[in-house]
Amino acid sequence: MPTRRRALIVLSVLLLLALGSMALGLAAGSLAIGPAELFDGLFGSGEGVAADVVRGLRLPRVLGAFACGGLLALAGALMQVLLRNPLADPYVLGISGGAGVGALFALLLGFSAALVGGLAFVGALGAMLLVFGLAHGDGSWTQTRLLLTGVIVAAGCGALVALMLSIAPENRLRGMLFWLMGDLSQVNAAGPVLLLLALTLLAAMPFARELNLLSRGMLQAQALGVAVTRTRRLVYLIASVATATAVTTAGSIGFIGLVVPHLVRLAAGNDQRLLLPASVLAGGSLLVLADTAARTVIAPQQLPVGVLTALIGVPLFLFLLGRQTR
Amino acid sequence: MMPLLQARHLAVAIGGRSVVADLSLNLAAGQCLAILGRNGAGKSTLLSTLAGLRPAQGGDVLLQGDDLARLSPREAARRRGWLGQSPVDPFAATVLETVLTGRHPHLGRWDWETPDDARIAGEALAAVGLSGLEGRAVQSLSGGERQRLAIATLLTQQPLLFLLDEPLAHLDLNHQIAALELFTKAAHECGAAVVMVLHDPGLAWRYCDQALLLYGDGTAEQGAANQLLSAERLSRLYGHPLKALDDGGRRCFIPD
Repeated sequence: MPTRRRALIVLSVLLLLALGSMALGLAAGSLAIGPAELFDGLFGSGEGVAADVVRGLRLPRVLGAFACGGLLALAGALMQVLLRNPLADPYVLGISGGAGVGALFALLLGFSAALVGGLAFVGALGAMLLVFGLAHGDGSWTQTRLLLTGVIVAAGCGALVALMLSIAPENRLRGMLFWLMGDLSQVNAAGPVLLLLALTLLAAMPFARELNLLSRGMLQAQALGVAVTRTRRLVYLIASVATATAVTTAGSIGFIGLVVPHLVRLAAGNDQRLLLPASVLAGGSLLVLADTAARTVIAPQQLPVGVLTALIGVPLFLFLLGRQTR
Repeated sequence: MMPLLQARHLAVAIGGRSVVADLSLNLAAGQCLAILGRNGAGKSTLLSTLAGLRPAQGGDVLLQGDDLARLSPREAARRRGWLGQSPVDPFAATVLETVLTGRHPHLGRWDWETPDDARIAGEALAAVGLSGLEGRAVQSLSGGERQRLAIATLLTQQPLLFLLDEPLAHLDLNHQIAALELFTKAAHECGAAVVMVLHDPGLAWRYCDQALLLYGDGTAEQGAANQLLSAERLSRLYGHPLKALDDGGRRCFIPD
């Protein structure tokens, strides 16, 4: 029996995990910062190097990582319901491909960081509208048609990305590759991303029970009182905006959007009322931990965070999957 | 008295073929209607049109006098329930979670299921003989058990009108009769109305008050089940000679 009480307990545990991972992310680094200094830097009027590092460098990055991880996990959970496909992730419908084309184009021409973000967002929205328009073509708007259209658009974007990589000069190639693998070092202000995370989650939550029904089939959901077409359009829009925001902020960080919803599902069930907020907290925590590892493991060199999300996520996922088999 | 379900000059077509061209029917509370016809005659298409799940080509469907097309999906779901053919679940779910989805139209946007909803769900599971399986994964159920779970979900929805697409699919004989008794009891004792697509004209004769025969070319016949269902008419419907055998108030039809 799904109860609000159980959901709140699970969410409280995940909230503690999120706060813990953020504290770790703030404390760890080439300059190790103790708990007292950390608290002072965050809440007190702390001055000096430690406070500057915490407030100026690590806090935006940690909050940005949390927001991006949460957005990707939310988008992944929504896409899996929308397409009724456990293999769906935020990138399956070509939104990250569109963002990649925009961002790499800007990087290729040596534009500023702000323009890279802007063009990535334009690319993401372009891909989203293209897929929506094409999938609506014959009015059926079925899962299969949507999925096929998205995969084809993603493939087209992939070809453009490969083309730009192959003609890029040596000195820009590294930046382009890092963008593609996901890179959180460019995050300067986490405010807008956190705001969008809150907005997309708040927009999705009222429809959580409808999503439970949609995952069982469109006709069945309609028979039980779901306004199917309207709800699916809304879910597509929310998931697309969430993905576009995350990709624009931190590049295509793989794996979180696919695996975190499954992790939560294996641990806490498939009730979207719990799954959506729990995925946000778990996805955010996982990305904060991965990013902290990415910048400390072989410091001062930084690893692409997407590599770390996979390295942490794969064993965790396999462990939970193995535990589930009875 | 106002009929529970009313179709006025309904035209339904699928794939360019007409299922019914001009169908008018009235179903009062307490009545059962059987839809019979060959494979591909459009029985399921007509049923989902009556449920408001697909648009009609013409005419309209009224629920308690209100145009179904104008009712909100939630309001429609409180009045009519629909049992589809073998749904597949891509994600894991338990029996209890599944049966509780029937409460959706009765719950507010932010509501969670209450102990009262759990009681209704428990009674529905008991009615189809699935008590004790609440925690089982749906994927681990047999085809017949899944069909009974779908019936339990429909009972949990507590609609006034039951629209059943092959409710007896995958069921053993004992569960077939139990399911039919369940729905006719809902009609006769609780004032519900039932429309069901059936394959066995003998069961339609025994359990239904009315019958609707779809010939697959846009023509249809309707009337009282015990008068309409004759060997001669059914032979024409199925395109195969049938013989009627009467056995003290029951009738069965066997292919020659």
